[in-house]
Amino acid sequence: MNAAVAIENLKVTFGAVRAVDGVDLVLEKGQALALIGESGSGKSVTLRAILRLHSEKRSRIEGRIQAAGRDVLTMSKRELSAFRGGTVSMIFQEPLLAFDPVYTVGQQITESIRRHEGVSAGQARVRALKMFERVRIPSPERRLDAYPHEMSGGMRQRAMIALALACRPEVLLADEPTTALDATVQIQILLLLRELQAELGLSTIFVTHDLGAAVEVADRIAVMYAGRIVETGTARQIVLDPHHPYTIGLLRSRADGALAKGARLDTIPGSPPDLANRPPGCPFAPRCFLAEERCRREEPPLAAAGPSHLAACWRSEEAAASFRRKRAEAAEPVLAV
Amino acid sequence: MSVGVIDPRDRGGPAQPLLSVTDLVKHFPIRKGFGEKKGRAVRAVDGVSFEALKGETLGIVGESGCGKSTTARLLMGLTERDSGDILFDGESVGGRALPWRSFRRQTQMVFQDSYASLNPRMTIEASISFGPRVNGIGAREAAERSRGLLARVGLEPKRFGGRYPHELSGGQRQRVNIARALALEPRLIVLDEAVSALDKSVEAQVLNLLLDLKQEFGLTYLFISHDLNVVRFICDRVMVMYLGRVAEIGPADTVLSRPSHPYTEALLASMPSLDPDRRTQEALLAGDPPNPIDPPPGCRFHPRCRIAEAVCAETEPPLDPVAPAHRAACLARQPNSGHSLSVARAA
Amino acid sequence: MAAPITAAAVTALAEGTPLPSVSPEAYVPSRGYWRHVGHKLSRDPVALAAAAVILLVVGVALFSPWITPMDPYKGSMLRRLRPIGDSTYWLGSDELGRDMLSRLMVGGRLSLFMGVTPVLIAFVVGSSLGILAGYAGGWINTILMRTIDVFFAFPSVLLAIALSGALGAGIFNAIVSLTCVFVPQIARVAESVTTQIRARDYVDAAKLSGASAFTIVRVQVLGNVLGPIFVYATSLISVSMILASGLSFLGLGVRPPEPEWGLMLNTLRTAIYVNPMVAALPGFAIFIVSISFNLFSDGLRSAMEIRQ
Repeated sequence: MNAAVAIENLKVTFGAVRAVDGVDLVLEKGQALALIGESGSGKSVTLRAILRLHSEKRSRIEGRIQAAGRDVLTMSKRELSAFRGGTVSMIFQEPLLAFDPVYTVGQQITESIRRHEGVSAGQARVRALKMFERVRIPSPERRLDAYPHEMSGGMRQRAMIALALACRPEVLLADEPTTALDATVQIQILLLLRELQAELGLSTIFVTHDLGAAVEVADRIAVMYAGRIVETGTARQIVLDPHHPYTIGLLRSRADGALAKGARLDTIPGSPPDLANRPPGCPFAPRCFLAEERCRREEPPLAAAGPSHLAACWRSEEAAASFRRKRAEAAEPVLAV
Repeated sequence: MSVGVIDPRDRGGPAQPLLSVTDLVKHFPIRKGFGEKKGRAVRAVDGVSFEALKGETLGIVGESGCGKSTTARLLMGLTERDSGDILFDGESVGGRALPWRSFRRQTQMVFQDSYASLNPRMTIEASISFGPRVNGIGAREAAERSRGLLARVGLEPKRFGGRYPHELSGGQRQRVNIARALALEPRLIVLDEAVSALDKSVEAQVLNLLLDLKQEFGLTYLFISHDLNVVRFICDRVMVMYLGRVAEIGPADTVLSRPSHPYTEALLASMPSLDPDRRTQEALLAGDPPNPIDPPPGCRFHPRCRIAEAVCAETEPPLDPVAPAHRAACLARQPNSGHSLSVARAA
Repeated sequence: MAAPITAAAVTALAEGTPLPSVSPEAYVPSRGYWRHVGHKLSRDPVALAAAAVILLVVGVALFSPWITPMDPYKGSMLRRLRPIGDSTYWLGSDELGRDMLSRLMVGGRLSLFMGVTPVLIAFVVGSSLGILAGYAGGWINTILMRTIDVFFAFPSVLLAIALSGALGAGIFNAIVSLTCVFVPQIARVAESVTTQIRARDYVDAAKLSGASAFTIVRVQVLGNVLGPIFVYATSLISVSMILASGLSFLGLGVRPPEPEWGLMLNTLRTAIYVNPMVAALPGFAIFIVSISFNLFSDGLRSAMEIRQ
C-alpha cells in the first residue's frame, strides 16, 4: 500500500499491435521516476494507461494498475473523471491541447478547482493565483486573464503545470513535457518540476526520450524497449553502471559520448522490431552486440543486477563489464592530457 | 580539412571561402494595425555576415526566432533577401556570372521534417531522380544514379526504390532526403535541423552517414541545430545567433568550451547534465526567447544578460576578434568599450 | 523442406545479417498509388454498390434506343396515367399516355449528360484557375480569387436560373450556365488545396533542384491536388443533375417532347393528385442517381487518403 503507482503485467493492444507487452512498474511515494525509450517503445502508452486515456473501442488493456491506492481499471466513468486531474493529473508536450482556446487560463484553472473541490469562485481564484506564483509566472494576476494563445511556449507550459497541480494531486504524470521547448526554456521547466516535486512531496512519472532530461529530474529511471521495461534502477545506476545492452547502446550513441571529434559514433544497428509480429526471445537480440543462441530462443526476465537495479538480459554481467572497459579506455587519454 | 578530390568547379582554390555572406537582412513586415501609423516588422535576419570555408562543417545554433532557419532559406533563395551579398566561391549569387539556377545545382538542402519533404505520391526512386531529370539527364541514367545513391545511404535499391515515403521509417526517409540532396552533386549542403526529429540511436546512424559522405564527396556542410552536443561532435566551426544577429563565431571546440559571449555561456549551461551527481542547479536564462519584433537597443542580449551594464543598452557591440579566428559581439570582451570588464588598452 | 531453410535463417542471424527492418507488410512489393486506391475501394461495399447503380443507369441510358420496351414518344389518349404495375406499362404511363419506363430510360441520357458535362468542363477550367492562383500566389491570386468571390454572392440555384434566363432556353445554354455555376466552386477548392501543397518542403526541394515552375506544378503539385479536386467534382455531379432538372422544370433547359427527368417531373406535376406514384418516378430516379454519385465520391475520398 506504500506505492503511489503499481503496475502489474500491463498489456496494451491496439488491433494487432501490442504496444505494451507485460510491464511491471512501481513508483514509491514521493519519488520521481523517468520512463525513457525511443518512439514506439510504449512509454507514452504505459503512461496514458494509468489514466485510462486510450479509446476503449480501439484498445485492450490487461493487467493491473493501482494509482494512489485505487484500482484504475475497475473504476466507473464517474469515479474516473474525479480521479483524473484530482488525485492523479497529467501534463503534456503540447499545452495548447490541455487548454480550451475560448476561455482564459484563469477561468480554466478556477473551474477545475471548483469541479473537484466544490469551493467558491473567489476561493478558487485565490488558489489559482497562488499556483501561478508558485510556478513563477511573472505578473500572475494579469496572466490569469490571458487566453492560452496569448502566452509564450514556456509560459503556457508553466500554466499547464499550474492547472495540473491546482487540485493538489498525489501523482503527477508528465508526457514529454519539455520536448517541444527551446533548450534554454527546457532547463527552466525541468528545474521547476524538480523543485515542485520536492516541495509538494509529489510522486511523478516523467516520460521522455532524452536521457539528459531524465537525469535532471528523476531519482529512478526505467528504460523501455519494444513495449517492455528492459532495465530499471537509480539514475546513477542507469547512467554510470548500465547492465542492459540497449541502455549501453543509447549511452554510447550520444554525440557527447564520442571519443574524438569527427570519429564515428557507436550506433545500435538496425531498427526496432515490428510490434505486430514479435520474434521469439529477447526483442533486442537482433540488434544486440552480445546476442547468442539463447537470446533468440528464450525471453530474459527482469533479474537483479544490483540493489534495486533490474535488467532483462541473459548476459547483463558481460554487458556491464564491456561498458566499464570501454569507459576506462576512453578515460585514459583524457587523463594523459 | 581539404579533400584530395580535384573538383573542376573549384575556382578560387582551397583558401577562398566557399560561401561568403555579407550583411544579410530580411525583415518580414507585419500588417499595420488599425490606427497604427508605421508598419512594424519581424527583423528575422538583421545584418548577418559569415564565411563557410571549403570542406568544413559550419554549425549555426541559437534559440527559436534567432534567425537561423531564415538565414538558410535566404541562402537558398527560398525566401527573397532584402539586402546583403552572398558570394559562392567568389562569385555573386544571383548575378550574371552565377545565376540562381546554376548556384542551386551546387547547393542543396535537407529539411527537418522527413515526411513533408518527400512527395507522398512519388516512389523514393522517382523523388531522387527528379533533380537530375530536370537538369537534362536522361531517365535511365537518372534512375541509375538514384539507385546508386540509395545504396550509398544504406537503403538497398531493390527493396526500397519502389516504395512510397509512408512505407519508410523516419530515419530511412531522412536517408532518402540526403540521397536526393546528393543527386545533383552539390558542393554545399544546408542541413536545417536534419537530425533533430530522429530518435537518438537513429540520429547517431545518420550523423555517421553524414561524416562519411562529406569525406567521400568533398562536401561543405552548413549544419543548423539546437542540439549543442551534436554541433560539438560534427562541426568544425560554429556560429551562435541571437535575435537576427551573430553573437559569436569561431572554432567549435573553443566556442563550446570557453565561450566569449555570455549568451553562448547560457546556452551551454542549459544543456541537461548527464551526471546524476552534478545536476544543473540554476538556469542562467529566465523566461522565453524574445520576439524579433522591436529588438532592444544596444546589445540585443542585454535585457537577459548577467553582466549587462548601462553601456550595453546604448552601444551596439561590433563582431570583433577576441582570439585568432574567433569573434564575439560583446562589449565586455572588447578593449576600451566602456564596460567594466573590458580591458583598457593604450591606443 | 522446412528444416534447411530455418537452419539457414538461424545461421544468417548468427552471422549478423541485418534483419529486415520495417513491418512485414513492407515485404509486399509496393503497389502504385492508384492500385492502392482501387484495392481500398474494392473493400468498400457502399462505394461499390453506388458504382454499380451508376454503371447500370449509364448503361441503360446509353443503350436505351435499342432496349426500350415501347416507343417513348408515342402517346395514346386512351391510356393516360396508368398506375405502376399495369400489364402493358410496367411503370405506368404519363399524362399523354406514353410509357414511363421507356421515357425514364431515354430520359436518363439527357439527365446524365446535363449532370456530367458542366462538371467536367468546370473541372478543367476551375482546376486550372485554382491551381494557377494557388501556386502563383501574390497579386495573381488576389485578382483571380476576388473575382471568383463575386460569384459566391449569389446562391447557385439563382445564379443558374439568372444565367439561363439571360442566355435563353436550350440544352447548350443550360450547360453553359451550369458550368459558370461550378467553375468558381471548383476553383476555390483547387486554390486552397494548391496553397497547402505549395507550402510543403518537397515543393521547396523541387525548387532547389532548379526545376521550372511549370515542371514543379506538373510533376510535384498536380498529382497531389487533382485527387481532392476530383473527389469534390464528383460530389457536384448530383447537384448539377438536380439543377439541370430544375432548369428543365422551369422551361429553361430541355424542351418537350424530349424526355428528361426534370422536364418529366414538371409535366407530370398536373397528375400529382391523380396518380402520385407515377408523378414521383422521375424525382425518384434523380434521387437515386445523385445519392449514388455522392456515396461513390465519399468512398473515393476515403480510399484516396494516405495514412502516414
